[in-house]
Formats: sequence, structure tokens, C-alpha cells
Amino acid sequence: MSDDTDDHVYLSLAEGHDDGDSRWAFGTGFEDPLHGVDTSVPDGVDPAEVAAVCLALGDDALVSAQRLAQWCTRAPELEEEVALANIGLDLLGQARLLYARCGQVDGSGRGEDAYAYTRDAADFRNVRLAELPDTDFAFCVVRLLVLSSWRLALFGRLALAADPVLAAVAAKGVAELAYHRQYAADWALRLGDGTEESHRRMRAALAEVAPYLDEVLEAEPPFAVRADQAGPSGDARHTGDADAVRRETLDVLGQVLSAAGLDLPAVPALPGSGRRGEHTGHLAPLLAELQSVARAHPEATW
Amino acid sequence: MVTAPSLHTARRVAAEVPDPELPMLTLADLGVLRDVRLASDGTVVASLTPTYSGCPAMAEMRADVAARLRGAGFAKVEIRTVLDPPWSTDLITAHGRRTLREYGIAPPGPAPRRTPGPVPLVLGAPRLAVGCPRCGSADTEETSRFSATACKSLWRCRACREPFEHVKEL
Ligand SMILES: [Zn+2]
Repeated sequence: MSDDTDDHVYLSLAEGHDDGDSRWAFGTGFEDPLHGVDTSVPDGVDPAEVAAVCLALGDDALVSAQRLAQWCTRAPELEEEVALANIGLDLLGQARLLYARCGQVDGSGRGEDAYAYTRDAADFRNVRLAELPDTDFAFCVVRLLVLSSWRLALFGRLALAADPVLAAVAAKGVAELAYHRQYAADWALRLGDGTEESHRRMRAALAEVAPYLDEVLEAEPPFAVRADQAGPSGDARHTGDADAVRRETLDVLGQVLSAAGLDLPAVPALPGSGRRGEHTGHLAPLLAELQSVARAHPEATW
Repeated sequence: MVTAPSLHTARRVAAEVPDPELPMLTLADLGVLRDVRLASDGTVVASLTPTYSGCPAMAEMRADVAARLRGAGFAKVEIRTVLDPPWSTDLITAHGRRTLREYGIAPPGPAPRRTPGPVPLVLGAPRLAVGCPRCGSADTEETSRFSATACKSLWRCRACREPFEHVKEL
């Protein structure tokens, strides 16, 4: 080191690295976020199931983060823009950890960037609600309320997953998702219980989201991944109750919407599922933008 | 004869590395540095835990801790990531909290208790009161839950009229 007193940590990036001197120019370009974590899979845990769960939850997070990032320069107020960007950043971080874990257990040895930048729409396993374009800030609020409520309910249980890495990622995500859900709930109250116009737009957003709700609620990860069904106590979160996440999500949505003077419209669920790679026409253009530079210059480094 | 740098030195060097986003705090103040030990072959093994999943500074922290340890004469350095138990603002030391306040940033209150299972929803409840780091007044209001970095929210003091940042409880 030339200068021990220099506190600018970014300078250290210009110095030599253990892992070679150049970085891939796109994406994170950094070391795997699970660097140095014990990555073995415990006995009795099916690595393919862990991989499937990590992929689906990673894809939900990456696609949601991309939609949230698209609010930059377009949000109603600077504070909301910053908030949405921060929520997206949390989700991007969750996606990185989940992809890294996926690459360790699916046998491919792929890194996080391979999942984000080199797969086509049909290979993505996110729910379709995550990929729909934002039509209005009210839509952004309702979608975030649904997805963060479901993800928080799920992560609270995955924190007990038999796979220790998935469990740690979920436990870490819980505190972040609690902020996301709070943000969406606060806005749902403010808009639903606001002016005639804001109320109308919340109702329109709920009508748009409602047909996709069932797909989100159906999308429970395989139970073998979860340790909770083998848990000692008899309460719902330890019994492997397949419906617990669904019930908690609907309960939270009910509380928020009723306080906001809104209802969840009863509409038939849209057939198909993003969890099986069946997507709307909106995912491919989103990915084309997200992946364009990485695909154009696959070997570029800096 | 060359004296091998000691574990004590390694701990001190790693503990003094500043946080990239809150540079008035060290990684030790922040509770991000979990452990520093010397392996039998002389490798220094430093363990770090990320603050937020998406913390963009994690790679910089790893690189910087490694670079400073090498600069202090440790030839073999290994940085490990620890995810469990997750970082919490409760890990910020008393010294770290004092330093934040000196820099005009309100330190976090106690973090919400986390147990596995459902996180209760709270609607419209009054937020935790945050004292103004400048004048000490409790007459403050939150202007935004999110700020320039994920770990802080924006506040305004009604007494001295100054805006300030607050490290959110996590
Ligand atoms: Zn003040």
C-alpha cells in the first residue's frame, strides 16, 4: 500500500486483487456475494429444490428491482424516487444472494451474473405480477403491497429453512421487507383514504392487480426446502401448513385495504404461471433492456 | 530477524477501516467486522457481515480490509462473509452512536425484535420519537423513510428548523 492514511476505500479497488486484475465490465463485476460462506448442503435437503426456490425468489426480486428502478426521474416526488430506488436496491441484493446460492446447488456452478444477464424470458420463474409495466404510481403501490406482503410472510418462514444459506438470506430479508411493506401500506392508506381522484386510481390499480393475485399466493416453494414442517411446536408456522403464507398475505391486504376504504375485487384468476416460465409479453422487453450491454459485450472487462 | 505481525495488530488494522457510506464510523463501530483470527498457517481470517442485502459497499469493504491488512505486513489474508445472525443496528457501538451524533446524524433506537414467523403490521401508529442531533429537541418529524443510502431516513427538527438524517432501526 502506498499510503496508509488514505481513507478513500474505493482506491483499494484500483489495487491488485486476489482474483485477477480485471473485472467483467457489467453487472456486479465483483466477487460472489456469498464469498467465504459455508456452502455445503445439509443431508436430507434436495439441492434441486433449494435451487428452484432460490431461482424463483431471485427472479421475483430482480424483475421487481428493474421495475422500481424505472421510476427514477419519474416518481411524483424526489423522496418517493429515492424510496423506490432503495427498495429496488434491497431486492437486487436479495437477488444476488439467491442467484449465488442457486449456482452453488443446481450443479451448474454459474455465478450471479449468468442468471441475470444470459437467460431468456422463458427461463425466468418470477410471477407475472412482477413484470407488468407501471401504469400509475397507484399501481406501483398496490403491486408493492401485494409482493412485499407475500414475500415478508414467506421469508419469515424461510428463515427456518433447512438450507442454512437460504435461511440466512431470508432472515436478513425480513427486516428489509418489513420496511417495504410499511412503505406500500402507508401509501395505500394515504391514496385510498385521500381524494376522490386518488381513491379512483387505487381502485383501478387493484382491478389491474387482482387477476394476478392467485398466481402469487399459489407460488409457495416446495415444502422439502422448509424446515418448519418438522418443527417441534404445533403452531401454524411449524406445521408446514401450506396455506399459512397465503392466509397471512390476505390478512395483511385485508387490514390495509379496509383501513384505506378499499376492497380487493373478486375476479377470476388469469390462467398460466410465471413460475412455469409462462410470461406476459412485458418480460422480454424488460430483459432486453436489462441485458443489452452485457449481451453486446460479453467478454468486456475493466 | 523479521517479527511476524501479531493478531493484536491484525485486529486493530481491520477495526480501523472506515465504512464507505458512513466514513465517520469504522467497521468495528458499525458492528460489520464480526471476527479477526489467525489461522495456523499465518493467514489472517477477517469475517464481515453485510448491513443490507443490497449494500453496494460490501465488495469495497472486503477489498479495503484485505488491502490494509496486506499493507500492515500480513502476506496471507482471507475475508469471509457471515450472513447469520443478520446485522442489526443494535450492533453499532456506543462510540459509534456518539460519533454519529457528533456528525449530525441521529443514531438508531433499539431495533424491532425479530423472531421467525409473521411480522405484525402496524398501521398509522406514531413512529418512534427521534431527538434532533443538533439541538436535542424531541419536536421532530420524518420527511422521508428513505434517504441517500438505504440505512438512513430524512428528518426535520421543528425547534431549530434544521434537516437531519437518522440511521433507521434494523
Ligand atoms: Zn434541532
